[in-house]
Amino acid sequence: MKRILGRQPLGLLFSSPYLAFVMVVFAFPIVYAVWISFHDFFFAAPGAEPARPFVGLDNYVAAFSNPAVIRSFGNVGVFLIINVPLTVVLALLLATALNKVVHARTFLRVSYYVPYVTASVAVVAVWLFLFNGNGLVNSMLGPLAPDPSWLINDKLAMPIIALYVTWKQLGFYILLYLAALQNVPKELYESAEMDGGGKVRQFFSVTVPGVRPATLLVLLISTVTGANLFTEPYLLTAGGGPNGASASPVLMMYQLGIQQGQPDVASAIGIVLVLGVLVIAFIQNRFVGERES
Amino acid sequence: MTTVQKAPATRRARVGGMSRFQTVLRGVVLALGAVVFLFPFYYMVVGALQTKPDPTLAGAFPNPSNLSFDNFVNVNERIDLVSGLVNSGIFTGGVLLCTVVFGVLVGYALAMLEWRGRKATFALVLLVQVIPFQLLQIPLYVLIARDYGLADTHLGMILPFAINSTAVIIFRQYFLQLPKELFEAARIDGAGELRLLWSVALPLVRPALVTAVLLTFIGPWNEFLWPFLITKDASLQPLAVSLANYISTVAASTDNPFGAILAGAVVLAAPVVVLFIVFQRYFVSNELGSGVKG
Repeated sequence: MKRILGRQPLGLLFSSPYLAFVMVVFAFPIVYAVWISFHDFFFAAPGAEPARPFVGLDNYVAAFSNPAVIRSFGNVGVFLIINVPLTVVLALLLATALNKVVHARTFLRVSYYVPYVTASVAVVAVWLFLFNGNGLVNSMLGPLAPDPSWLINDKLAMPIIALYVTWKQLGFYILLYLAALQNVPKELYESAEMDGGGKVRQFFSVTVPGVRPATLLVLLISTVTGANLFTEPYLLTAGGGPNGASASPVLMMYQLGIQQGQPDVASAIGIVLVLGVLVIAFIQNRFVGERES
Repeated sequence: MTTVQKAPATRRARVGGMSRFQTVLRGVVLALGAVVFLFPFYYMVVGALQTKPDPTLAGAFPNPSNLSFDNFVNVNERIDLVSGLVNSGIFTGGVLLCTVVFGVLVGYALAMLEWRGRKATFALVLLVQVIPFQLLQIPLYVLIARDYGLADTHLGMILPFAINSTAVIIFRQYFLQLPKELFEAARIDGAGELRLLWSVALPLVRPALVTAVLLTFIGPWNEFLWPFLITKDASLQPLAVSLANYISTVAASTDNPFGAILAGAVVLAAPVVVLFIVFQRYFVSNELGSGVKG
């Protein structure tokens, strides 16, 4: 018995609720999503078992011959190009500065993570008020205010969403970088100092390489978060407006899959989205991850 | 934990003695950051209290005579704030209960027990963290709302979030730091594993419990997409969902729509913000870092 289950088989018993949870909520639904995307699938009344014929790539073709879907992928691309680099740079700069601060450290730390812990639905309300046509931002800009205004301008809607998400999530990444900074050996700073490197030089030659594992993590998490974008285009730009200029793939999945009853096409979008994220994650890991020596 | 963290920072600041200019620059950048992060929250409260909306700069420093709780009354007429808070509370409470009970069990098994499949289970905990929930949106909706008939139920809301995997990693991390000898000795004395977990291990990892509870709390309390999909019955919607519905549909028909929306936003945001200010010392980088890095 012990040879099969290990020295303390009780561990398996303790883990069984979690394992059952992962099976029900993650493993089976993932397989199911793939299955749905290759079949003609529609919502049926409970108990009914309609025929769901295999349709090959039809759902994928249907999804990607829809210009709105293609546009939503382009939109999330714009989002990632703005959001991911900005997140890495700002989080690392603020964490480095915060790490050296002695006074008001707690106050600063708390004020940085307050947006992260607050519901997006609540904070979106303030941004709506700030960036509205006659909101505070435009009334401060006066004649410089963009026309049409931020959230109804097809060039500015997506960048505003990207800025919003950067601002909202930044506190979490600052915390990750703060943890990583504790692990950079301070001897490295001392020897860089000895070699006559200034603070800027030290930042690039010691801090940046020293926190590389954290940078990879920040890249991966912010990419996954960005690909999951839904609440912000749904509320901030009233359903991905103007004219789909800020629609995200997940918003399309909701609109096509649940509102319009095409879960099979929506699943196909989801699979392509995840494959896209995997490719980006692979590239990030390749260029930023630790190299085997 | 905060004090532990401060020590290396102070030491590092002394290394090489920063110039006065750099110190000032750093202070300015950090203070500016704090303003950018906090101003929208200040503005949320101001906007929620203004009887007449004033979007000009002067409106950010309002006249006390223009302040009242009218907006809270107005939003409460459209969406039942108390029922929204109760539903958010049940959703969050259910997730917290499952995470603490089952998460501690699996965390303990991963850290303290030797059994076949331990490594695979830990790999699974890490893997689950990178699975985007949105991929699961459609199949989970089909399964939970259609097949299991759990639409418009609290159980259906809770199920996909029931055990927070980051919390599992935090529990494991803390159990790993406990001295093994303590447990070996108690086992020789004949103590069972559940008893060890309950009366030896748990009291020693109380800070991990607080950190994990805080981290888990913000998930369901702030979650919008899933409860939005699964609840059509307004009396069962968590506050985030009913406020979002108010923003996207009915707000336009109110006199001061922004005031009413912001009043709702204050009610939704306040519990989390207060919780995090009170327990901020449990939400520091070391613990979170270990949680996310595994």
